[in-house]
Amino acid sequence: MAFSDDQLERYSRHIILKEIGVRGQKRIGEGRVLIVGAGGLGAPAALYLAAAGVGVIGVADADAVELSNLQRQIIHSTPDVGKPKVQSAGEKMKAINPDVAVNEHHVFVNAGNVMELISGYDFVIDGTDNFSAKFLITDACVIAGKPFSYAGIIRFQGQLMTYVPGEGPCYRCVFVDPPPPDAVPTCSQAGVIGAMGGVIGSLQAMEAVKFITGAGKLLTGTMLTYDALAMKFQSVPLPKRPDCAVCGPSPSILHPFDYAARVCEGIAL
Amino acid sequence: MNDYAIDDSVDITDVVCPVTFVKAKVAIDEMEDGQILSIRMNDGEPAQNVPRSIKDEGHRILRLKDNEDGTYSLIVQKRGD
Repeated sequence: MAFSDDQLERYSRHIILKEIGVRGQKRIGEGRVLIVGAGGLGAPAALYLAAAGVGVIGVADADAVELSNLQRQIIHSTPDVGKPKVQSAGEKMKAINPDVAVNEHHVFVNAGNVMELISGYDFVIDGTDNFSAKFLITDACVIAGKPFSYAGIIRFQGQLMTYVPGEGPCYRCVFVDPPPPDAVPTCSQAGVIGAMGGVIGSLQAMEAVKFITGAGKLLTGTMLTYDALAMKFQSVPLPKRPDCAVCGPSPSILHPFDYAARVCEGIAL
Repeated sequence: MNDYAIDDSVDITDVVCPVTFVKAKVAIDEMEDGQILSIRMNDGEPAQNVPRSIKDEGHRILRLKDNEDGTYSLIVQKRGD
């Protein structure tokens, strides 16, 4: 693929970078990234990946835009309330960059569709808001050998980690199973500061671009946490769990499965 | 007489910084290691900055030739990655 003059101009700040260059920008153009959840995390990730010129971006979300989303889900606007999130997100992404092909997956990701959904992509961004979805995405990506970025946000805190097959722990190594229902935040505890999705979702987009281009070192084997009130980032090295049920040497989870949904689980995320 | 043979050329007089450098970089990227590119650029900011940026990337500057029409031709040899 040769760049048009418009593309040279559009991507000039990438091409100038030694670590990206012409080759890296071409790889970005050939890249395929799936974003699960067009919410607080998925919104900035989708915008940055579209702006970067990622060739194919899938967005999976079954919900419609609600007024309460707009405080943080910056890809959606007030006139979008009531519209499917994938449609609203797709319109913004194509407006930013017509080079990008957007696949709108207007579905709830579940055990029945997750393997097929992720199969068309090189990298997955978990922008979901509940534990069952996070375990489902982890299991599916590990089984399929698919790299992905996990992230979670709540109140003034955020965290993320990248999984690449064979490198470092998966989400299930770290968290093993969903927490008991009484440990899950209730609705009144589950606020989130709007810019938190911007910080962490943008870091997820960064990991996707680094994975596609091969630039730098990925966040594997380390959980990066951000505490906005203390204004501190911390890198927490985490080992692989030798007996992990999905990424260990004798896995007991061979197919993705759904945990029962719980009301109000991580509702702000 | 030049002691080199130019393999390709690119004109960056129709664009401004930083696309000047980007256009030159793309032209170099399409060449083989050791090949020689002639880059035609305007006097002033491009003639001051583009040679420096190309040197920073590790390529070899062979010559900056004044075309005496307000443009310069920068002769560059591509280095390997």
